Amino acid sequence: MRSIIDILDLSVEELDELLAVATDIIAHPQQYQDACAHKKLATLFFEPSTRTRLSFEAAMYELGGNVLSVTGGATSSVAKGESVADTAKTVSCYADIIAMRHPKEGAALVAARSATIPVINAGDGGHCHPTQTLADLLTIYREKGGFNGLTIGLCGDLKFGRTVHSLINAMSRYNDIRFILVSPQELKLPSYVKNDTLKKYGLPYTQTTDLQSTLPEMDVLYMTRVQRERFFNEEDYLRLKDTYILTPDKLRDAKKDLCIMHPLPRVNEISVAIDDDPRACYFKQVLNGKYMRMALILKLLKEAAL
Amino acid sequence: MNIDSIQNGIVIDHIKAGSAMELYDLLGLDALDVSVAIIKNVSSRKMGKKDIIKIDADIPVDLDVIGYVDPGATINVIKDGLLVEKKTLSLPKTLTNVLKCKNPRCITSCEQELDHVFRLTDESKKLYRCVYCETKAN
Repeated sequence: MRSIIDILDLSVEELDELLAVATDIIAHPQQYQDACAHKKLATLFFEPSTRTRLSFEAAMYELGGNVLSVTGGATSSVAKGESVADTAKTVSCYADIIAMRHPKEGAALVAARSATIPVINAGDGGHCHPTQTLADLLTIYREKGGFNGLTIGLCGDLKFGRTVHSLINAMSRYNDIRFILVSPQELKLPSYVKNDTLKKYGLPYTQTTDLQSTLPEMDVLYMTRVQRERFFNEEDYLRLKDTYILTPDKLRDAKKDLCIMHPLPRVNEISVAIDDDPRACYFKQVLNGKYMRMALILKLLKEAAL
Repeated sequence: MNIDSIQNGIVIDHIKAGSAMELYDLLGLDALDVSVAIIKNVSSRKMGKKDIIKIDADIPVDLDVIGYVDPGATINVIKDGLLVEKKTLSLPKTLTNVLKCKNPRCITSCEQELDHVFRLTDESKKLYRCVYCETKAN
């Protein structure tokens, strides 16, 4: 049974296929309104989430399917000590596909190994969040017309930011990509991401703490939130959370067609004054996420039926 | 120093000097009710010094564990006092329940029944990562 745990579970050809299907859904939504009729998506969210869960549920409803939902471990059998594997086996008896978020890294893989239906990882702690990357890819694809030859700035928490790691992994498979990594020293991109991806594929990158001086070079600026839940020490969080705040005056020297992205939720790292700037793409990202989730659900259910 | 040769059992030879105790622990040899000899710092023409473990019983040993600790070690199977099989090793692609993931955010930290599985991600650096959270083994 095919599951999607990591963005690397999808080949470049499959990413292209998903982008094409999502683009077609945007153009002809009525053609997909019954594509998943009589199918059920189980959303198992053991960690707080608004956007991702609603996005999956909206995606399934727009495909004509139904949704079974579990939110928060406190109201589920997990609170009684049920294992992830047992939960996945049980839910496999009720639903046709699972979208799961869990605070522990690797939980989605454990679920996928036990489930008899496809599992989509909707975020496993600080590890992977492949459907966010799908949303990011569709946004870049629609805003920039493709992926090759882009300079991508990643700013904020590059250490714990799983969306950043997944995006780097996904983008590393396209041509002539350059990264500018902007973060405080304490939240630098982990060396394993640098070694296993950037260095392995010979991708040029610049590592800096200075956003202002590198902003003019960027085609895409991907801002991230410093996540309180990833810190064991509250003092470290408070010290680092306001390091980068994007304001209209900082965008003065940026490219006119810069694409500003953020996986959301934001706290204060992008000023609301930027929301009306045509370069702000973070709410388009939310919508694109729904379309890519629709394309992915369709693909996995189709493969499961074969 | 002389250690008697064994009639039926296993000799793990060419162990990097100083690694025998680690192997002894990881293979769980302390739990065996048979004679086990650990010979340390034996002179070796090839290696200068080496360790040897002799197990006086033909028991199954986890070759992945030995390959992980020292892929240069050799396994000699002895039957009726004769060498009947010689096995060479390489770094195993995966290790199951040999290493423990120490990442407190890993699913293995809260689900006690899960196997701790590591995969070899860089052979030249002998680097293993947890299959669940990708944390490096150390």
